[in-house]
Amino acid sequence: MSIKSLKELPKEELFASGHRMCAGCGPAICVRQTLIAAGRPVIMVSATGCVEVSTTIYPYTSWKIPWIHIAFENAAAVASGIEAALKKLSKDGKAKKCDIIAFAGDGGTFDIGLQALSGAIERGHDFLYICYDNEAYMNTGIQRSGATPHGAETTTSPAGSVIPGKKEYKKRLTDIIIAHDPAYAATASIAYWKDYMNKVIKGLNANGPAFIHVFAPCPRGWRFPSNQTINIARLAVETRYFPLYEYENGKYTLSLDIPKPKPIEEFIKPQRRFRHLLEPKNRNVLEELKMDIERNWERIKKLCTL
Amino acid sequence: MSSSCNNYEGGIEMKEQKVIAISGDEAVAYAAKQCKPDVVAAYPITPQTIIVERFSEYVANGEVDSEFICVESEHSALSACIGASLAGARVFTATSSQGLALMHEMLYIASGLRCPIVMAIVNRALSAPINIHGDHSDIMGSRDSGWIDIFCENSQEAYDFTIQAFKLSEDHDILLPVSVNLDGFILSHAVEDIKALPDEYVSKFLPERIPYYTLDAEKPITIGALALPDYYFEIKRQQDEAYKKVLNKFKEITKDFSKFSGRKYDVIDAFQIDDAKIALIGMGSTIGTAKYIVKQLRKKGKKYGVIGIRMYRPFPIKEIVRALENVKALAILDRALSPGAISAPLGLDIKALLYEYNIKIPVINFVYGLGGRDMSPKDIVTIFNRTERIAKRKIIPHGYEYIGVRE
Repeated sequence: MSIKSLKELPKEELFASGHRMCAGCGPAICVRQTLIAAGRPVIMVSATGCVEVSTTIYPYTSWKIPWIHIAFENAAAVASGIEAALKKLSKDGKAKKCDIIAFAGDGGTFDIGLQALSGAIERGHDFLYICYDNEAYMNTGIQRSGATPHGAETTTSPAGSVIPGKKEYKKRLTDIIIAHDPAYAATASIAYWKDYMNKVIKGLNANGPAFIHVFAPCPRGWRFPSNQTINIARLAVETRYFPLYEYENGKYTLSLDIPKPKPIEEFIKPQRRFRHLLEPKNRNVLEELKMDIERNWERIKKLCTL
Repeated sequence: MSSSCNNYEGGIEMKEQKVIAISGDEAVAYAAKQCKPDVVAAYPITPQTIIVERFSEYVANGEVDSEFICVESEHSALSACIGASLAGARVFTATSSQGLALMHEMLYIASGLRCPIVMAIVNRALSAPINIHGDHSDIMGSRDSGWIDIFCENSQEAYDFTIQAFKLSEDHDILLPVSVNLDGFILSHAVEDIKALPDEYVSKFLPERIPYYTLDAEKPITIGALALPDYYFEIKRQQDEAYKKVLNKFKEITKDFSKFSGRKYDVIDAFQIDDAKIALIGMGSTIGTAKYIVKQLRKKGKKYGVIGIRMYRPFPIKEIVRALENVKALAILDRALSPGAISAPLGLDIKALLYEYNIKIPVINFVYGLGGRDMSPKDIVTIFNRTERIAKRKIIPHGYEYIGVRE
């Protein structure tokens, strides 16, 4: 089962309009695409983050599905409990089994929630974990996370006169997850909606834990005009900054080859978080970022030929 | 031995109850098995480990049909329990000390989301220095998290209260998580005879859980929404109102339970209190030792009594006030510190209660048994002697004193 064109998409939206996410919010687009692909019946567990606080301001909710938020770091553990409960209750005829999605940002996944996620995948719970990556803690005001790229400016990795942005590199999260040998893993970008939606369907149909790392730009945090979200999400892929690939049955597959990448400057120029990297004195940081991107691309390409 | 254990009026035929020599931990695991939880998510920690081990054996041998999730931390244990509880499952877990501390954040969420969960807490000291033995420091750190806290004097109570805790927690007027506390090693590892109900009587007393609301795809609801200053306060107040119904509900449940077991319980264990002039109040296994001493000293004409607190939160205010009616001086026993406070935790509770009810008796707060230090019968005698002295001199010592510590 896969989606081939817009016409095939269901008309019913399970994520109501009128939520309080920012204009041009990448994660909001990601939620919409996720639920259109997932359909019913599905339960979503949200980690603390922008998506959670902006969509459930009591007594309002944007969710037309059973939705639950518990804390920042434990979406995977909560999903484990729900999955186990439904397994037992459905056996006794007291509930119906349904799809379970855990939805968390990069902070809740790369950093504080990594242990719970690792545990849940190791135990083999049948659920799909989606990490929407906007490369910093946006909910608390743009602080660096383990997903923030090298050289990027955040409020806790400011581009100062001595230190030009984040010194460290982005954690290779998807590979950490793949090391657990899950039933399914993939990276995706909201600019490639068909690819992402089909990956959501694959993840939900996988027999066991599935993981999708989806690139979802934040206009507020990255400082770009709110009508540029999809362009930025596409440029990340076209510049090889964010390679799209899948992992199934022990094999990596490239979802989209980028034989002639666009220059990375096209991706970073519209974003103020990278502005300082274009200054001559920070040329070395930009070079380091470029080298990291190329090294990662080559690594992924090699994995995909194995 | 609890006096309540000798009370069998109206119970089922005693020969139907099985006498088992069992440790406190095993008693809890056995009771939990008979309650047939749908989901158990737990992580091992000394001295709770035996509960998790026994339960996993029951699952492995098909003696209970529960989903057993061996999580990677206590934080995830309680997180999974909250998820399972909100999905409609009957849920059980157990922890101790550092494990409870790691759950701390989730304790508030479990009560705030009104999740029925039963958790055995095998009380143990907190680091540092690291120590695996029994005291009440762990539960005192979690005291204000909105859980119902029950304390056990012996393994029989650990068994009985585990079963009753499910009924209390899952009641639609309550919907609050319950902790069943038992002293680390003193109860968790010591083997005692307990009387266990046959499985079918437990099932009759505790039918399967009927959830108030669940994560049902056909009737979608949002759980764990953001409540800002315009709603948060009212929601917390509702939670507090539910808390106020707990004591009466517990009394109903224990009455019902006594019809099956013959064992009657109240929120406090008022032992020889009616004519007592000097009394001791405390919680946990020490109450057993204190009752033994009172029995001995009563033979010498000493009018001593003991108040064992079974339900610590919500606090049984009226029951304690009633028990203190004829008491002329009171010793308050705490197995935990509240560093920098004017008294230890139970001391603060009791002193506040005395002020509120205008009870002017000398009280003396003792801190004992930290990190598993033995509370000997001799120490209890010292406590009674010291309390009798302050009763005569009508002076109230400030703060708290230590018992059984080297100077």
